Parts: sequence; C-alpha cells; structure tokens
Amino acid sequence: MHDPFPSSAPPIVDIRRVTRQFGAKLALDDISLTVPRGGVFGLIGGNGAGKTTLIKHILGLLKAQQGTVQVFGLDPVENPVGTLGRIGYLSEDRDLPDWMRVGELMRYTQAFFPNWDEAYAEELREAFDLDAKARIKTLSRGQRARAGLLVALAHRPELLVLDEPSSGLDPVVRRDILGAIIRTIADEGRTVLFSSHLLDEVERVADRVAIIHQGRIMLTAPMDEIKAGHRRLTLRFGQSHDQPPSLVGTLSFEGRGAEWTYTCSGESDQLRRAAEAIGATVVDDAALSLDEIFVSRIQG
Amino acid sequence: MQIHISTSDGVPIYLQIVNQVKFLVASGRLASGEELPPIRGLAEQLLINPNTVARAYRDLETAGIVEKRRTAGTYVSDQGSPLARRERVKILTERIDALLAEAQHMDVSIEDVFKFLQQRHAVMLASRKEE
Repeated sequence: MHDPFPSSAPPIVDIRRVTRQFGAKLALDDISLTVPRGGVFGLIGGNGAGKTTLIKHILGLLKAQQGTVQVFGLDPVENPVGTLGRIGYLSEDRDLPDWMRVGELMRYTQAFFPNWDEAYAEELREAFDLDAKARIKTLSRGQRARAGLLVALAHRPELLVLDEPSSGLDPVVRRDILGAIIRTIADEGRTVLFSSHLLDEVERVADRVAIIHQGRIMLTAPMDEIKAGHRRLTLRFGQSHDQPPSLVGTLSFEGRGAEWTYTCSGESDQLRRAAEAIGATVVDDAALSLDEIFVSRIQG
Repeated sequence: MQIHISTSDGVPIYLQIVNQVKFLVASGRLASGEELPPIRGLAEQLLINPNTVARAYRDLETAGIVEKRRTAGTYVSDQGSPLARRERVKILTERIDALLAEAQHMDVSIEDVFKFLQQRHAVMLASRKEE
C-alpha cells in the first residue's frame, strides 16, 4: 500500500500508552499514536470521545498520568518553550482576549513567537477581512474563528493543531479553514493535526486518520488504506435466510431473505472470494465514504 | 478544467480526479498539449490535500494520459501514443460491457443493439451538421 510517510523519519508527535482519568471517568484509555512529519492527520470521534483531552496532552496543558507524550522529541509539559513556540493552535471555543482589538491581539501574540511573520499576518488579516481596530468581543463567530486562525498561522508553525476548527461555522469560513490547512502543508515539511466530526472535510484533506471512541483508538492508518480496506457488498443467496450467512470481516449488515448487504473491513478481491466460498453471488461491491466507515466501526 | 469532488459516494478522491481527467481528455475537452493546473492550485480550488492531487497526476502519467515536462508543469500527452490509445480502448470497453450487460437484462438482442448504435450515430451526425 502506498504510504507517503517514510517510517524512518522521527514522528512530530509520539504518544505511548497514555491513560487519563477525570474522577471516575476514564477519558483516555491506554492510547498510543504517532503523527509523522508532513501531511494532515485527522483525529475523528464523536462528542466526548477524548479528542480534546488528547490534544491538551500534546500541547502540554495536561500531564499524562500514565504513559509518555513527546512532541518534536520533547516532553511538552517539561519543555513548553521548546514545543509551544513551534505549534500553532486554534482551540474549539476559540478563547481569545475579548477586550483586545484585532491589531492588539496580533502584536500581543507576536511577542511570544520569534518566528512571527509580520507581512504574512497582515496578508491574512486582509484576506480574512478583519478590521485591525475591531474589538474581539464584537466579532461574529466566523470572524472570531478567522482571528484565531490568523494568530495560529502567522508564526508559520511546524505543527498546526486545530480542535474542531469548523464546528458551528458557515461554509464560507469553513472554506478559509480548509484552505489554510492546505496552504500550510503545501509548505514543505509542515504538519497539521486536526480533530473533527465533519467527516467529509476530513476525507478531503487528511492523508492519515485516527478514529477515537470512548477514550480508545479504534483504528489509525493512512486514508488510502482505510478507503481501500472497507467495502459494502450486496450478496444474493440461492435460498432465503433469517440471519445473514457469516462473511469474514463483517462490521454490520442489513437485508432480508435471499439478499443481504454487508459492510466489511477487507479489500474487494479478498471479500469477493470469501463471498463465493459461502455460495453467494456478488450483486454489488461499492466503496464507502469515511462517514460510513466511521459509523460502522464505532457501532461494531 | 472542471472537476467535481464528492465525498458521499465512497470513490477515493484521487480516483475521482483520474477518472474525470481521463473523461475530459477522451471527450476532447482537454486537448493534447494543454497544461493541467498546478498541483497546489488545484488542491486549493477543490479544497483537497495536495498529496491527493499529486497522486492522481502520477497515476495519469503512468497511464500515458499526461506527461511532466522539464520546465515543471503537467501537460496532456499526444493522444496518438500507444498508451493513450490503450486507455481510450479501456474506457470504451468498460462502457460497452455495461451496455451489453443491460441489453442482456432487458432481453435486447445484439443485432438490435447494433441497430440502435447506428441510429444514435446518425442522429448525432445530423445534429452536428445543424450546428
């Protein structure tokens, strides 16, 4: 299978066996995850799956109770200067200082980042149609997201982390965000990690995906592999069945009588052979959207 | 170059690009020697990962549909090349197979399929003359 990331390059993020508990709730359950350099990594999961908690560990905002977190080869809790200065971050609630004006926010943020690119920041401000004199408090939801994106991008970070960047935004602002992701990785060697439950966006821009559910990683692989490794097969049998005859790799099924549709993990050739082996005729064999793969994975 | 990406029908995005470029070339809407948009430009236009566009262009190059020139840029190949001819035959074969399968399902004989083909061809020639 085609993999654009050579495994010899050290990963940008290396999470090993991290567990995190909040009171009685197990938020992260023995999670291991590596984000290779270059490309877009999509972290997908429902509400409360653990996406934000995991991101907070990467940013060093939470300390791993068990296991280790390394970002650029460093522990982000012990070495915040060496890690945070190289990360651009847009939080889900886009917490910006309300009392500042956009221009003040830019100058304030610039002070933290030696690599701040003033010309690029100004270019983004104009492209996003942000008034330097406007107070953050008065910005619309979409403009606020754009302001957050501006300060996350303007120091040209090696790693851009976006937590649910599109949630609650209109399609125009969502386009800006996707565009920013694409331009970021078009610059050689930069990496984007973003979490989302909008799976059509993830399918468009991510080249590697992790599915997180109830604090556990259910699946992590290059997008190509995930897409090639899941099919929906509709099979016809010589006789009626009350329950579908079992097919290897089945994640879910529906149907009745002599015709059953299976959502499976496995590649087309191999599934077709398995179907023939149980005496079925394949009447349809289709690829799945990431959305469908996600649903069948977390329901299974 | 008009390309439409859908994430709802399951077909991998690189393959959607490959198929649509092949179709545009086979139908003459992309002529030999015409330049394809740069990878980054197409990625930003379609809002997809540039690596996906690069992969589609690589596949098209392997299939002989496009070629990279020394001065960067990707161009539609000369359609006289044997690889491109093979690709055209492949596209047509797929469509003919689908047509034959449907004709069989509907109990239409091969002789009638020939007849329909000739009729449609005549209609197409007539309408082209009017233009």
